[in-house]
Amino acid sequence: MSAIEKAVQARESSERNLRPETWSGVKVMNGILKALNIIGMLGLVLIFALPFAWMISTSLKTLPETMIFPPEWIPNDPQWQNFIQAWNSGPFLHYFFNSVLIAGGILILQMLTMIPAAYAFARFQFPGSGILFGFVMVTLMIPSQLIFLPVYLQLSSWHLLNTHLGLILPFASSAFGIFLLRQSFKQVPEELIEAARLDKAKEWKIMWKLMIPMARPALITIALFSFISHWNDYFWPLVMTTNETARTLPLGIAKIRETEGVATWNILMAANLILVVPILIVFFFAQRSIIKAFVYNGVK
Amino acid sequence: MGRIELKGISKFFKDEEVIKNLDLTIRDGSFTVLVGPSGCGKSTTLRMIAGLDEQTKGEIWIDDKCVNGVPPGDRDVAMVFQNYALYPTMNVYDNIEFGLINRKVPKKEREKLIKDIAEIVGLSDYMKKKPEMLSGGQRQRVALARAMVKKPQVFILDEPLSNLDAKLRHQMRTELIQLHERLGTTFVYVTHDQVEAMSMGDEIVIMNKGVIQQAASPMTLYNDPANVFAAQFIGTPAMNILPSQELQLPSAQGKRHDIASFGFRPEHALFHAPAAIEGLRLDGMVLTRESLGAENIYQIQSSLGMFSVKTFLEPLTSDTLVTVTVPYERLYYFNSEGQRLRQVEVRRGEEIGTAQAPELVSVGGGL
Repeated sequence: MSAIEKAVQARESSERNLRPETWSGVKVMNGILKALNIIGMLGLVLIFALPFAWMISTSLKTLPETMIFPPEWIPNDPQWQNFIQAWNSGPFLHYFFNSVLIAGGILILQMLTMIPAAYAFARFQFPGSGILFGFVMVTLMIPSQLIFLPVYLQLSSWHLLNTHLGLILPFASSAFGIFLLRQSFKQVPEELIEAARLDKAKEWKIMWKLMIPMARPALITIALFSFISHWNDYFWPLVMTTNETARTLPLGIAKIRETEGVATWNILMAANLILVVPILIVFFFAQRSIIKAFVYNGVK
Repeated sequence: MGRIELKGISKFFKDEEVIKNLDLTIRDGSFTVLVGPSGCGKSTTLRMIAGLDEQTKGEIWIDDKCVNGVPPGDRDVAMVFQNYALYPTMNVYDNIEFGLINRKVPKKEREKLIKDIAEIVGLSDYMKKKPEMLSGGQRQRVALARAMVKKPQVFILDEPLSNLDAKLRHQMRTELIQLHERLGTTFVYVTHDQVEAMSMGDEIVIMNKGVIQQAASPMTLYNDPANVFAAQFIGTPAMNILPSQELQLPSAQGKRHDIASFGFRPEHALFHAPAAIEGLRLDGMVLTRESLGAENIYQIQSSLGMFSVKTFLEPLTSDTLVTVTVPYERLYYFNSEGQRLRQVEVRRGEEIGTAQAPELVSVGGGL
């Protein structure tokens, strides 16, 4: 065997000795990390999905079935009529209509106040702009429990109790929305606005044709957050209503629990499902925009 | 028409003066390139012409109209930005159309204009695409089309090629030159790349620290630089500038001429010069050799300092100690402020490096 061959062989064997172990070591580590990552994510999914699954499962059970221990996840005989019973247990069409009107009304009003405010804060330096924006931010830090009483008294003196307007007006603007939208407007590269100015676009045109379409993902996200939180809101409608005129779905559902002597969990869950289904549908369609809102940086 | 005149323009950012009392006339129909290192004020000058920045002092005239305070959209200028600045939510057609709608051009006419322009820049098949789906070169074309469709008097281009790869940049350079010839409109072009400036401009304005160093045609800049900065900015490698304290020369008028340094271009220095050539001989040691194929570049250390030499179509020399000859007519002289001293010619019997003062043959009017 020549010296060269020996040398080559020695090198190969040393590589065999060294490489596979170190490589497989790294691989195993990577594999473990990946597995841990997936397990962690599954755990998170479970935390969020389990109550949901429980709600769906319960909504399809008979009342005795809801009490069985250990619980059954899939009922033998799905009780679809629970939904009809839930719907008929009160003026649900009326509640539903109120919910749509109030959550929708808040949404529209917020858009009307938020977009111009955020646009002004993002694009212009005017006297006091910093302080004014500071005020907006401060409102985020005041707990609603602190101000609900004065607001209630105010609206009551305006004779707005038990009206839709009374439920809409306190939320006519959203500091969080202004903040998020301002960030989104600020991300629009300056050159784009300059290009538009050279294209002889007036300020309102820059806003409508350029800035708002570019901030669309943020707008959709804000709209969704707003709609969901006011759709699900229980506290403020409870404070503001004493009769059925302006009551919303969450109040209606809570009433199912109150009126029956024993809590009818299956009917309650069916009603809750009715409450969340519209939101789930909206979420399904808006999902991509929401993700985009947090990664959007404009075309480079 | 598109003649631009800047009269006594100054620009302050906070307390810092970035443009200092600048006077410049840009000829109608010229391809004027503003060139200089970053921070020299070339982009600021461009933005003031476009109306995106307002000058602190001075007047800007486009043709016979003072455009101080006129908004950018009413100045009849179009601009191509470095990163194209296409509207990302609009497709190519809408991008081009946007400016026309704002100018209230009727729909029929818009359609025709856009169709024509799309053919010129070769974008007809991409009209329904969003900018994010286009390549860098295509985006560049959209930006050009968007500017061209407005038929402006002045085209303003702010480093439009710097985001393209080398090959595409070369191609677009040629296309821009052709475009300028076809349109005959004034082009004002900003770049930091002297090669781009030399190859495209018919008028080059070299700027540094907010001051115009020299404004002239490319060949004038190369052959007749006004100062050390202009001399060193044009040409690769840069012009060699060496100190010449030993060259304190009496002028013909009897006053002493202050020659602080002299310079020569690397490509004008010769190895193995025939004895017939009269020139400055410099001894030195070769430090590095770079061969680019057709040309070789040497770094040489001499007693006066480092300088570079460029040779064409000659074999790479392997000597370490060399004598380089620079013909006298290829030497440039500068005073202590870096300004060029013209019509000065130095001729001497001895080597410069030996500290023997050469005799002055003729001294003209200086600057």
